[in-house]
Amino acid sequence: MKLFSKLKTRILGFLPSILAIVIGLLFGLVILLISNPSQAMGGFSTILTGALHDMRSIGRVMYFASPIILTGLSVGFAFQTGLFNIGTPGQFIVGAFGAVIVGIKFPQLGGGHWIVALLASVLFGALWALLPGILKAFANVHEVISSIMMNYIGMYLVNYLVQNTIYDRLRNQSIAVAKSAVIPKWGLDKLFPRSNVNAGFFIAILAVIIIYIILKKTTFGYELKAVGFNRDASKYGGINERRSIVLSMVIAGALAGLGGGLLHLAGTGKYIEVIDVLAAEGFTGIPVALLGMSNPIGILFSGLFIGFLTVGGDYLQLYDFVPEVIDIIVASIIYFSAFALIIKDVIQRRRLRMGGEKEQ
Amino acid sequence: MDYIIEMLGITKEFTGIVANDGVTLQVKKGEIHALLGENGAGKSTLMNVLFGLYQPEKGVIKIRGKNVNIDGPRTANALGIGMVHQHFMLVDTFTVLQNIVLGMETVSGGMLHMDEAREKVVALSERYGLRVDPDALVSDISVGMQQRVEILKMLYRNNDILIFDEPTAVLTPQEIGELMHTMRGLAAEGKSLIFITHKLNEIKEVADRCTVLRRGKFIGVVDVASTSKETLSEMMVGRRVDLGIELKPQVAGEPVLTVDKLRVSSRRQGQTKDVVKDVSFIVRKGEIVCIAGIDGNGQTELVYALTGLISPDSGSLVLNGNDITRQNIRFRNTNGLAHIPEDRHKHGLVLDYNLGENLILQRYFNDEFQSHGFMRRDNIIAYANRLIEKYDIRSGQGAFTPAHSMSGGNQQKAIVAREIDRDPDLLVAVQPTRGLDVGAIEYIHKKLVEQRDAGKAVLLISLELDEVMNLSDRILVIYEGSIVADLNPQEITIQDLGLYMAGSAPGEVGRDVH
Repeated sequence: MKLFSKLKTRILGFLPSILAIVIGLLFGLVILLISNPSQAMGGFSTILTGALHDMRSIGRVMYFASPIILTGLSVGFAFQTGLFNIGTPGQFIVGAFGAVIVGIKFPQLGGGHWIVALLASVLFGALWALLPGILKAFANVHEVISSIMMNYIGMYLVNYLVQNTIYDRLRNQSIAVAKSAVIPKWGLDKLFPRSNVNAGFFIAILAVIIIYIILKKTTFGYELKAVGFNRDASKYGGINERRSIVLSMVIAGALAGLGGGLLHLAGTGKYIEVIDVLAAEGFTGIPVALLGMSNPIGILFSGLFIGFLTVGGDYLQLYDFVPEVIDIIVASIIYFSAFALIIKDVIQRRRLRMGGEKEQ
Repeated sequence: MDYIIEMLGITKEFTGIVANDGVTLQVKKGEIHALLGENGAGKSTLMNVLFGLYQPEKGVIKIRGKNVNIDGPRTANALGIGMVHQHFMLVDTFTVLQNIVLGMETVSGGMLHMDEAREKVVALSERYGLRVDPDALVSDISVGMQQRVEILKMLYRNNDILIFDEPTAVLTPQEIGELMHTMRGLAAEGKSLIFITHKLNEIKEVADRCTVLRRGKFIGVVDVASTSKETLSEMMVGRRVDLGIELKPQVAGEPVLTVDKLRVSSRRQGQTKDVVKDVSFIVRKGEIVCIAGIDGNGQTELVYALTGLISPDSGSLVLNGNDITRQNIRFRNTNGLAHIPEDRHKHGLVLDYNLGENLILQRYFNDEFQSHGFMRRDNIIAYANRLIEKYDIRSGQGAFTPAHSMSGGNQQKAIVAREIDRDPDLLVAVQPTRGLDVGAIEYIHKKLVEQRDAGKAVLLISLELDEVMNLSDRILVIYEGSIVADLNPQEITIQDLGLYMAGSAPGEVGRDVH
């Protein structure tokens, strides 16, 4: 009985996210109706079911989800420790560069090559979050400001480095990584034929589990969360609050960097393009984290959900919708996911009013 | 005699708690009616019902003899009921005048007409002696003046039933005096005042009658003049309360804390100023040393330097023979220092953590609570339950109670429990009873004395003269950052102590300090 009520509160906790999704989907339906009324219902059901059409589609969902689960985890982890990591695009692309350069320059590493390349992406991403962490901890510079700047520095720096080290002049992008640096499939290509899913998905799940354990079970997580909730009280309790802030930021950066590594070592023809646009996967981490209520398990599912929409949306083209409409729908759902927090707030206030836990 | 307000048999329930259980409150016209009860007794709930913020499940409200249904603050206002909330409801970026007229603006053709309003406000402020500067921004004025603005707001709306929710909690002693004066003036004008408090002195000073609540229940209504403080506190707490403390004679032992020429400077607005000036003193085993002084004379900085929250500019601190001047907070915490902080929300608790997590704030890394970096949940809960039992911390969901949902008194009890249970050699207690009701004060005083009797050292920082006089073996008076006197409470009167605190030494000039 107790277990049941616990489960119930768990599910109720995600109620706002579910509401946000419903509202976002309905909004998408309106857009479909406006753009092409006769095909709208068919198109809508494709968004909802297209990704379940065959095994290949399911594999594609997992492939799209892997990097954004990691950037979502990055944002969510930072949230839980009191920081707003908006620097995921920078950390993502710098991490990607780390993975790609190791993937190109050290083919002699053999079987462990892809692992070393992924570790490089972790390291590079962490490094890119180090400075905002230090600025926050020691000079009280808000991490939003400094990490936005780091996004642009990272983007241009990676463009510059790619052009000077691993440049494919013809295609204006990085050259391909060595075969040994491509993340293996581990049989997923058999299970989900013709999709790009690879072991990266397992790595994303592993990251989810590790972050979950850190936050919920360890003294380390206790310290990081305490500092996030109340820096003064943590200091009073003897916690090295500056160290905690730097570490939170660095771990968040490492996660985003790993996301960049996973995407660019997938062996799917994804290269670092030399363009002046921030990595979209980085920003997508924010709605993924919001929709997942910053809970690692929630983020796993919200990442899969966004991947699900992306794949379902692809099939919309069969119904004569221009691809831009798909982007609008996905974006509107993402947009409404930001309301998840507001809705949560409203629900909580409602509950307090109906009969608060608190008397004074 | 007719009553202007009658609340009969009011019952208000929240999930799991009956906050008001058939409570009755009857207020006469032109009286100051005190509403007395411990933290969580249901005073605020009852007033929120009267003000229309909560709807009662049962009960009748009559205003001026008529049955009314108050469904919101607007209705309450129309009935002439105004309230000064404990936390002021003012717009920081507006001026005093703008705040007063907010919601009642004189408008013509879409344009504000402030002149009339200004005249009315100035007239009201003169009539009741409520000094305010109508053009100052609320963010720039003192808490006392903000409260006067709240009172003017009620008067501007021609309210004649005025509710004051713990109005003295935020005021200095001088401001409290002024407020009492104003309240008496208002009652003399025929206004009816409800005065919510848990401070008996204030009730004795201004109130005519007093209704007592305890755990949501109506206990009784008494005539203040003919009722003793002891009776009032007994009604409130439900048992005899003994605030008189007897320190049994005890010879202080070896030094636990030696502070030598401690200097702390603060840099504010580009200026460097010494806020703690070459302070030296010793605290020994088995004594309570009290640092007395008016707020803002360097006590906060002194404590921060002792506990490691800031580092001193010069001087030395020795705790149990260890030089801790440059040691970090963790070292101090694990080498015999405990600290009941001045601000329990800023330093004392992580409000978003639950009670269990808060109770291990300085000990989570001990083997009892973790192994190989993993929290030992069962032990943490068991430990929390033990402290909850031992220190009578009242919380709805035991170890899982969110700290922010606990009442102030129980939050403080949790901190006291956490600090004392660490068995410290030196306990630094900063205003440990601020804002608490008598029951909790008695409890905390008892705990401090127990520490002393067990041969531990206690350094108490307090602004309350009664507390200073009753509880200490020695009193050090701090004035403008210096220790100006070392006094024996047996040999000094409360008046003389007051003079020392104000910076003028009666008779002699500051004796040697040790």
